[in-house]
Amino acid sequence: MSAERVTAVVVGAGHAGLAASYFLGDRSIDHVVLERGEVANSWRTERWDSLRLLTPNWQSRLPGLRYEGPDPDGYLTVPEVISLIERFAATTRAPVRTGVNVTSVRGSPDGYRVTTSHGEIDCRAVVIASGACNRPSVPALAGSVPGSVEQLTPFDYRDPAKLPDGGVLVVGASATGVQLAAEIQRSGRPVTLSVGEHVRLPRTYRGRDVLWWMDSSGVWDQRHDEVEDLTRARRLPSPQLVGTPERTTLDLNALAALGVQMVGRLAAVRDGRALFSGGLRNMFSLADLKMNRLLGTFDEWAHASGRDGEVGPVQRFSPTDVPAAPRLQLDLRSGEIGAIVWATGFRPDYGWLDVPVVDAKGHLRHDGGVVDSPGLYALGLPVLRRRRSTFICGIEDDARAVIDHLAGYLAIRG
Amino acid sequence: MTTVTNGVNVQALLDAREVLKGAPEAAQFTWRASATWQHGVHSQIKVQSYYGLGEEHDHKEESVFEADHPDVFAATDNGITPIEYLLVGLASCLSAGVASVAENRGIQLNSVQATVEGHHDIRGILGADGDVRNGYNDIKVTFNIDADASREDIEALVAQSQKRSAVFDALTNPTDVTVEVA
Repeated sequence: MSAERVTAVVVGAGHAGLAASYFLGDRSIDHVVLERGEVANSWRTERWDSLRLLTPNWQSRLPGLRYEGPDPDGYLTVPEVISLIERFAATTRAPVRTGVNVTSVRGSPDGYRVTTSHGEIDCRAVVIASGACNRPSVPALAGSVPGSVEQLTPFDYRDPAKLPDGGVLVVGASATGVQLAAEIQRSGRPVTLSVGEHVRLPRTYRGRDVLWWMDSSGVWDQRHDEVEDLTRARRLPSPQLVGTPERTTLDLNALAALGVQMVGRLAAVRDGRALFSGGLRNMFSLADLKMNRLLGTFDEWAHASGRDGEVGPVQRFSPTDVPAAPRLQLDLRSGEIGAIVWATGFRPDYGWLDVPVVDAKGHLRHDGGVVDSPGLYALGLPVLRRRRSTFICGIEDDARAVIDHLAGYLAIRG
Repeated sequence: MTTVTNGVNVQALLDAREVLKGAPEAAQFTWRASATWQHGVHSQIKVQSYYGLGEEHDHKEESVFEADHPDVFAATDNGITPIEYLLVGLASCLSAGVASVAENRGIQLNSVQATVEGHHDIRGILGADGDVRNGYNDIKVTFNIDADASREDIEALVAQSQKRSAVFDALTNPTDVTVEVA
């Protein structure tokens, strides 16, 4: 059976793959977008019920598509995100093939051969837009947790009602961890939250959404080649934010007020006991100091750009309260804990990529989306080209630049 | 960045960081100490050799430490107690961290004083109460730092030094320890 030929293949029909398609179409580069499930697949199958975007609606912009609804300061629910991405696919008439699973991409004499569940495609360029969060990262010590404790990842978790009764240990205090800790605690299950390094942010600052500040002040414009420690920036946990109609702040003090008990980073599980780091205070200090530095840069920008009058007065938030005596261990066999939720991050899955461009840590080697193999590109990864890249509103500039490069590559190769 | 003179060769450390990113085997160090029991609860500990960067090394000079217990333990007090050596390690590690981070951030230090207190309920080691642990209940480090920097920058130095401290990590996180008879 001979392989089909197209110029470019895009892997994944989420916002990133569809944005790639938008700019490929713009340049009349023939291409297909391969999607293992439906458009916006991970939003349909891998998200918990209460989730909303962290970014306000007015930032939910895609190439050629602006938010025009009634609530620019609100946050899209998951069904609304799916419908946004579907609308984007429809208006751009992206050549999406759904239900096509890519099982291999490997080098070929004139580009790449893409093997799918529906046959083979030869192409000259591939855009990897399969997402940054394909697999929950669960630490190896999960293997030592006693069998009596139910273990869930954010992919398994839908709502607190499906958890067993009793206490819940939530491991990780990024956006996922704090959001799940809050709703599980509210469901009547006492939550212990294991906190490592985290990013504390208020939901609103001086009367504006904190992400308005990130956007307007230029923090998000910082280019990947200007970031001092890019590896670290790309692995930064998501900020402690939640999108709610009330625009409430969900930092650790808010969780403590709900009754959530804070403990240090989960360091080991030994003889059925979870052992937590005694370094919790410093985790709080680091996050408080970083937040205050960031707010300081916002204040400087507002002052220097003459916008002090448009926003509220300067605010500073009280430091994270340190519990009197944080617990250092928890007996997982005592029955106190019925379930553990691993909110310990996500990682991409490149198991299908038979091109040597993945580093020892499982991350793609790329320079601003230009992968370390001619004709191979990536989109939709954290801090891909700018800090904004991590968010939906970052995809337009990224996709334009990456497809620019791809078009230039095709032109040179003739 | 202004030139500071804290005396830490930060460039060498930054260079090493880059080199060792691609050579994890060279980054494997083994630190050693050897103790010889003297009499009673008095031991003498010598430290000289270590392994790292793929080969054996010696410190310029051998260091000799006496460890004993004080009069109130009905001992001879020929040296500090072993658990006090942990405080020595913690204070020196965090102070080294403060100096290194300050150098890297261009902050001139004028003086750095760390006071460390470990709170210890000795009923644990005496076996007087099985619910009391043997080690410290908690440890408090207080830094007095005079530097050409704001209070917030100084707090950030101290926070970063904890984040990168070997002894802070060793004390706050469990470590797998094997003790055997040769």
